[in-house]
Amino acid sequence: MNADQGGFITSRLSDGIAWARKWSLFPYPFVTACCGMEYMSVSSAHYDLDRFGAAWPRFSPRQADMLLVVGTISHKMAPVLKKVYEQMCEPKWVVAFGVCTCTGGFYDNYATVQGIDRIIPVDCYIPGCPPRPEAVLDALMKLQAKIQASRHPLAGSVVERPRN
Amino acid sequence: MTDVTLTEHPALVRLRAQFGDAVLETHAHRGDHTAVVAPERYHDVMRFLHDDPECDYDFLTDLTAWDRLRMELAPRFEVVVHLYSTSRNDRLRIKTRPTDDEAPAVDSIVDIYRAANWPEREVWDMFGIRFHGHPNLKRILMYEEFVGHPLRKDYPVNKRQPLVEERPIPDDRPSTLFYT
Repeated sequence: MNADQGGFITSRLSDGIAWARKWSLFPYPFVTACCGMEYMSVSSAHYDLDRFGAAWPRFSPRQADMLLVVGTISHKMAPVLKKVYEQMCEPKWVVAFGVCTCTGGFYDNYATVQGIDRIIPVDCYIPGCPPRPEAVLDALMKLQAKIQASRHPLAGSVVERPRN
Repeated sequence: MTDVTLTEHPALVRLRAQFGDAVLETHAHRGDHTAVVAPERYHDVMRFLHDDPECDYDFLTDLTAWDRLRMELAPRFEVVVHLYSTSRNDRLRIKTRPTDDEAPAVDSIVDIYRAANWPEREVWDMFGIRFHGHPNLKRILMYEEFVGHPLRKDYPVNKRQPLVEERPIPDDRPSTLFYT
């Protein structure tokens, strides 16, 4: 048996864990700017993140597994964001919400971090100023696909499955 | 309401009568009245405008500054104060120019207008103009580790001073996006 592939039972176990994880994301909304209004729209009834199991924001990073960075991050705020990320338990995923978070946006100046991936790793980028709620839902579904594609260490291997 | 067709604003007339040569320039445009005063008398002028019953400028609308570098104007910095009289519904702009371009400083007016506290800290933070007599003159927007004053015209536009070490970002990194 190929150790990288895992057996039938362990691969089913890994799939099951990934399935459970992707439908029970607990977001930590790190909201700093106007994108927060759009986040409220996404998370409340009209677009309803609860359909994806990601409805309940945990306002402690220790209880969250999805860090939603919503809005411009200044250099003054950067240590706070990094500390919040480090406080989160594994496994954890980061979503950059809006163009300021992805690249700094049009704030190409002394005050603004030119993309949060300069500080913490990012799993999913949502462009837009602000992004449409549909774009956020699309990003969430892509993140779910990424989680589903990951292998759990219990399954005998941490090698990621080849993506389609 | 002040008659905007007046060529000379009453408060400017009173200012010139009271302070004479310390009023360096006056300017009027469509009801928009400005006086440039000598930095030595700036605090006295503000005290007069606040206390004098015929002026009665009891409200500080704004206090800011600008950098006139490379505009062939001297001195380099100009502090701009906008005043408002709630009793007379009248506005006045006072400017003063700190003489030292290397270490510009003027008197604080926090003892006259308490609202000047944070604007003066912002002017210190952004332009590096000191305010003598300010109770707590430290940076208000930038972090303490920040070096320099970012709104000065000679501050490099691309200069960054990150507080946390930045991760190396390769230009040829693979896309994290994938489709199922």
